[in-house]
Amino acid sequence: MISLVPLVVLIPLSSAALALALPGRRRAQQLITVVALTAVVALSGAFMWIVDQQGTLVMQVGGWAAPFGISLVVDRLSALMLTVSAVVLLGVLLFSLGQGLADGDDETPVSIYYPTYLVLGAGVCNAFIAGDLFNLYVGFEILLVASYVLITLGGTGPRIRAGVTYVVVSLVSSILFLVSIALVYAATGTVNIAQLTLRIAELPSNIQLMLNLALLVAFGIKAAIFPLAFWLPDSYPTAPAPVTAVFAGLLTKVGVYAIIRAQTQLFPYSSVDGLLLVVAAFTLVVGILGAISQLDIKRLLSFTLISHIGYLIFGIGMATSAGYAATIYYIAHHIIVQTTLFLAVGLIERHGGTTSLTSLGGMLRAAPVIAVLFFIPMLNLGGIPPFSGFIGKLGLFTAAAELGTPGAYWLMGVGALVSLLTLYALARTWSLAFWRTRAAALGGSNAPVPNTPEGLMLQGRETALIERLHDAPDALPLQEQRETPALMIAATAGMVGVSLLLTFFAGPLYAYSVRAGERLAQSELLVDDVLGNPVEIGSGSGNNRAEGYDPRDSRGGDSS
Amino acid sequence: MTLSMPLVLVAVMVVLFSVGVYLLLDRSLTRVLLGFLLVGNATNLLIFLTSGAFGAAPIYGEAEPLEMSDPLPQAFILTAIVITFGVSAFMLALIYRSWRLAREDEDAVVDDAHDLELVEAETLTTEEVTDEELEKTPEFTDSDADDDQEEDR
Repeated sequence: MISLVPLVVLIPLSSAALALALPGRRRAQQLITVVALTAVVALSGAFMWIVDQQGTLVMQVGGWAAPFGISLVVDRLSALMLTVSAVVLLGVLLFSLGQGLADGDDETPVSIYYPTYLVLGAGVCNAFIAGDLFNLYVGFEILLVASYVLITLGGTGPRIRAGVTYVVVSLVSSILFLVSIALVYAATGTVNIAQLTLRIAELPSNIQLMLNLALLVAFGIKAAIFPLAFWLPDSYPTAPAPVTAVFAGLLTKVGVYAIIRAQTQLFPYSSVDGLLLVVAAFTLVVGILGAISQLDIKRLLSFTLISHIGYLIFGIGMATSAGYAATIYYIAHHIIVQTTLFLAVGLIERHGGTTSLTSLGGMLRAAPVIAVLFFIPMLNLGGIPPFSGFIGKLGLFTAAAELGTPGAYWLMGVGALVSLLTLYALARTWSLAFWRTRAAALGGSNAPVPNTPEGLMLQGRETALIERLHDAPDALPLQEQRETPALMIAATAGMVGVSLLLTFFAGPLYAYSVRAGERLAQSELLVDDVLGNPVEIGSGSGNNRAEGYDPRDSRGGDSS
Repeated sequence: MTLSMPLVLVAVMVVLFSVGVYLLLDRSLTRVLLGFLLVGNATNLLIFLTSGAFGAAPIYGEAEPLEMSDPLPQAFILTAIVITFGVSAFMLALIYRSWRLAREDEDAVVDDAHDLELVEAETLTTEEVTDEELEKTPEFTDSDADDDQEEDR
């Protein structure tokens, strides 16, 4: 089973190469992509079960023993992240198959969408199984480069504009990450996360603090936490709906995952935990206030995405095993639900021709299925019982109450308030887009029934309004209203189903999260797994080759 | 074991970082790209400096292990160079496309129209929007924008 670990990266990568080699054959590309991602779902699901039963899977690539070679580590957290990500990738892929994104009807190049999507998946998986900081960096870069291509897909004006912001900000965060790695290596002489646990603990506390903050800033930009989040709502909404959905679900969570690893494994006795709680509060509040002021659903959801990253940081900042457990469950919930909401918005855009709340309306009658598919994840994100959002928040608040510090109680209050504000922002969206009549949306002062002559007159005004929208200088690009393919609806419904599964199986899943959280709280366990029992692959010559050279020795220990 | 600090490299790194960050903050995308290249190279130098004192080539059998340079930072740098190369190529394509799309703005970063619009937009409620309110929303009026431009002139 251990030798299967790299497959979660290799399958998507090699499939991407295969799909690239078949540029004109869309059907073949689609088939390859679906098969590859299904395989990743199956593999990561199996990992989750095996890791839970038998403990952490550690693979030393090429048989080189732990601190010298590259370690791939799948513990409970990694396995859960892999599974959830793979499910999201597959769900969004089916949605985009339905949308015919690659057919060229969205001005997209035919042949690169599926390979790039697979590369993105490979990068995400690589980040989750990375056992050393540099491999984590490589995973980040793979997924980022793929995301650069996807966010500027088609090269239209708005996408290029948004893409420039996104690319430059991501480049800066990558450079910061690389600088942080250099500093960590300079201070400790290793990048293996398990070995870093031991060596960072020996460093003077001010150096620990500096390394911690450097990594936190680098990851914080990717995770979109408060002062570093302003690039996100600018760049995500302009991408095609499935791309936005998968970005919103996965990319920020990879950053959060890296923060979890850093705070639990590298700096278990970190002094920035208090700072994290403050940052979490600001992320929660500023994000949701941004969401309330938005007139476009995609931008609104991007702000709620930022806001809810705050809950995750809240759980990490508490630095207790209960806090980690709640965070882990909440990540799984949030990845699924946020993606589902963006997919539902994709359906709205497809059906209504726009995502602007100024011009949407009357969709409850026109598209009741879409209304339901938006309504359920909306309640879920808002934390209405019995949905998983409620369970996750309950877990966080329970952990905070157990911790019992004033800061934790403050954050409970902030978290509850933000939960209500999320519900307010989304309920307002729902009532504007679905509940009010079409006529009211078009500016009719007394909302007449569409069948009356007055209503018909209003329909005439509708076309006039759409023409004006086209003429207006800064108008949203109003696409034609098209039939919604059944596969798009089915994929969204499937994701809603998965989000409901998180609720139905909340018991076992939360118990799993608790076990994962307990492991995270004991950083020495992973050290034993990675360094203590090196697993031999192949000839077993790894130990011999690895002997005799330690970079720390050659420099005479001048690092500390 | 020599303790000589490669001061020249440190100085070069500092200069590259400062010039690179300055260029990254520019509005012109070409300068941003140049800034990224400089900062990337500065980072590579930083990684190189983490290997400590210089030694022999880290090839097995060429020298005693204790006399060798640390090979790991060199592997990091190679990886980083490859990534920087790929990303730079993508940036160039992006800049070219951006320039093609908006020649009059040259290659500068463009403002987000949504943000600007939101600053002036009326608060939207579930109550029915009247015609007057709709008129005030900037996206429906092109006359205001023209007036502003005329005033500027």
